[in-house]
Amino acid sequence: MSSNSNPKKAPEKSTGLHVGEAAPGVKKVDPILVADKVSRRFGGLVAVDVDHVEIPRGAITALIGPNGAGKTTLFNLLTGFDKPDTGTWSFSGSNLAGVPAHKVAKMGQVRTFQLTKALGLLTVLENMKLGAKGQQGENIFKSIFPFFWKKQEDENEQRAIEILERFKLLKLKDDFAASLSGGQRKLLEMARALMSNPTLVMLDEPMAGVNPALTESLLEHILDLKKQGMTVLFVEHDMHMVRHIADWVIVMAEGQIIAEGSPDEVMRNEAVVDAYLGSHQDVDLGVVTGRIELPNGKK
Amino acid sequence: MDFNSIFINTAQALFSPVTIAFAMAALGLAMHFGFVGLLNFGIAGFMAVGAYGYAISTLTFGFPWWGAFIAAMVASAIFAVILGIPTLQLRGDYLAIVTIASAEIVRLLLLSTTWIETTGSADGLVAYADDFRSINPFPDGDYGFGPWNYTANQFWVLIFALIVLIISALIVWRLTHSPWGRVIKGIREDEDAVRALGKNVFSYKMQALVVGGMIAGLGGALYVLPSSANPMLFATSLTFFVWTALLLGGAATVFGPLLGAVVFWVLQAFLGSLLPAMAEVGLLGGLSSAQAGALRFVLVGILLVLIVIWRPQGMVGDKRELTFVK
Repeated sequence: MSSNSNPKKAPEKSTGLHVGEAAPGVKKVDPILVADKVSRRFGGLVAVDVDHVEIPRGAITALIGPNGAGKTTLFNLLTGFDKPDTGTWSFSGSNLAGVPAHKVAKMGQVRTFQLTKALGLLTVLENMKLGAKGQQGENIFKSIFPFFWKKQEDENEQRAIEILERFKLLKLKDDFAASLSGGQRKLLEMARALMSNPTLVMLDEPMAGVNPALTESLLEHILDLKKQGMTVLFVEHDMHMVRHIADWVIVMAEGQIIAEGSPDEVMRNEAVVDAYLGSHQDVDLGVVTGRIELPNGKK
Repeated sequence: MDFNSIFINTAQALFSPVTIAFAMAALGLAMHFGFVGLLNFGIAGFMAVGAYGYAISTLTFGFPWWGAFIAAMVASAIFAVILGIPTLQLRGDYLAIVTIASAEIVRLLLLSTTWIETTGSADGLVAYADDFRSINPFPDGDYGFGPWNYTANQFWVLIFALIVLIISALIVWRLTHSPWGRVIKGIREDEDAVRALGKNVFSYKMQALVVGGMIAGLGGALYVLPSSANPMLFATSLTFFVWTALLLGGAATVFGPLLGAVVFWVLQAFLGSLLPAMAEVGLLGGLSSAQAGALRFVLVGILLVLIVIWRPQGMVGDKRELTFVK
């Protein structure tokens, strides 16, 4: 792999996350998120039908699967943005069924969106400060009197500036978020999520539509989250990235979980190859389509 | 043409309770539309609820003047909650439809003869401002200078309305320049993103709807304070005049709606005097002076179209915001 020639050290993987044989729905040593019998139908279509799944704490878990496998729907269900037809799920031991999205976020489970949601006509700094939790000034009665919230506001601004510095967005802090490029918006959304000091960060396709150089910096940021003790769950299609940073991989197809395991194990799994990766995953696309001949003449 | 009377009419519109009442309504609408993005097409309904809340609480229940103003605010707050509960969870366009319908419902209920003792039906209500006039600090006499000439009562209404407007504008300014204001502006941009950050979007939208509604309701009370309340005052056209004033000034600003209301009424008064005068001396072809008077509404409509196309941020809005309008 090319990562061997990379001067940077390959990220350290967390291991020993599960109990017993790695299989769909396997028990984890220390799960942060547990879901049972969660299902969601859209008319006749069963979008999600997950029997049992546990997300390991303090690790980076990737959720992969073909388009329409129900990954984003599962995300929406777990974060309270959508209501399942059946099932229960809990976060850090507290039941989440029926809890609205904003309360889920307050508990420390924060998400980003597949289609980036930067708040366009707010400045970058305002976007950041909006992410902070427990703000006195967000109470309508206190908001009229700045002495209630001025100090807290200054602290939040300080923290926002530190995080923006880390994400290299500081010089843009007074620009409207709408003026940022697509990649910068992805960074901003992730940075904003961090303002709330989350324990579980859920990223929906953080790398979609981001150029390779920026992907690398986003990867660093995700690894950084783990170093700071946060748990990360992300949806992604880029298998190189999944292999590079994920400690654990969950594969969905047609609404169900079909495999779980460490990245390397999962990628050898036949069901996963059939449903998602395809048998040509390590072959150049030109070879697959027959436009380029392999050196030994094979097709 | 009598340029003197045209000038006097125009100048009077600059400081009149009607202009201030419009400024209040536009300020409430700025809170709804400019800052939270709620498409409220029922601002006339809020004004009617405020106006009748004032008049009925005085005439039927014998409230003192301050109690009547509180009643006007409470009534419009309740109206806002009733509108908000079913609609704020839905997409913005639904709120627009519901508000426009409910403003009409309010007007038709007031017009109904079922409660004629309380509402006065089509005749409306009069003589509810006695208690308010009894606390008039200005002794009898004439006040003002030049084109601005008021009796003691008119002057008192004007000063009082101005004070209410200034206090309301200050409160709105503080609200919108606080973390609370940041949340509601965030909701305007994308409510799911704000929800994902742990804010109760429904509650914030409701708060903004109630605050804006109370300001508009107070505006309604001020609107009818000088003389009488009548259901015809609160026709749908009133809603669109308030919208024009708001868009003229700048929707997402605090000063914009105030400026917009002044410009709107000055323009109305100016055209309302100028056009009939021009018709009289035959400058408008075959138009009679009554027809020419109605022509100003056509011109106001054209103005609204021009603003929305070429200056959607209004007179005092931030030019940068426009660069990114989707």
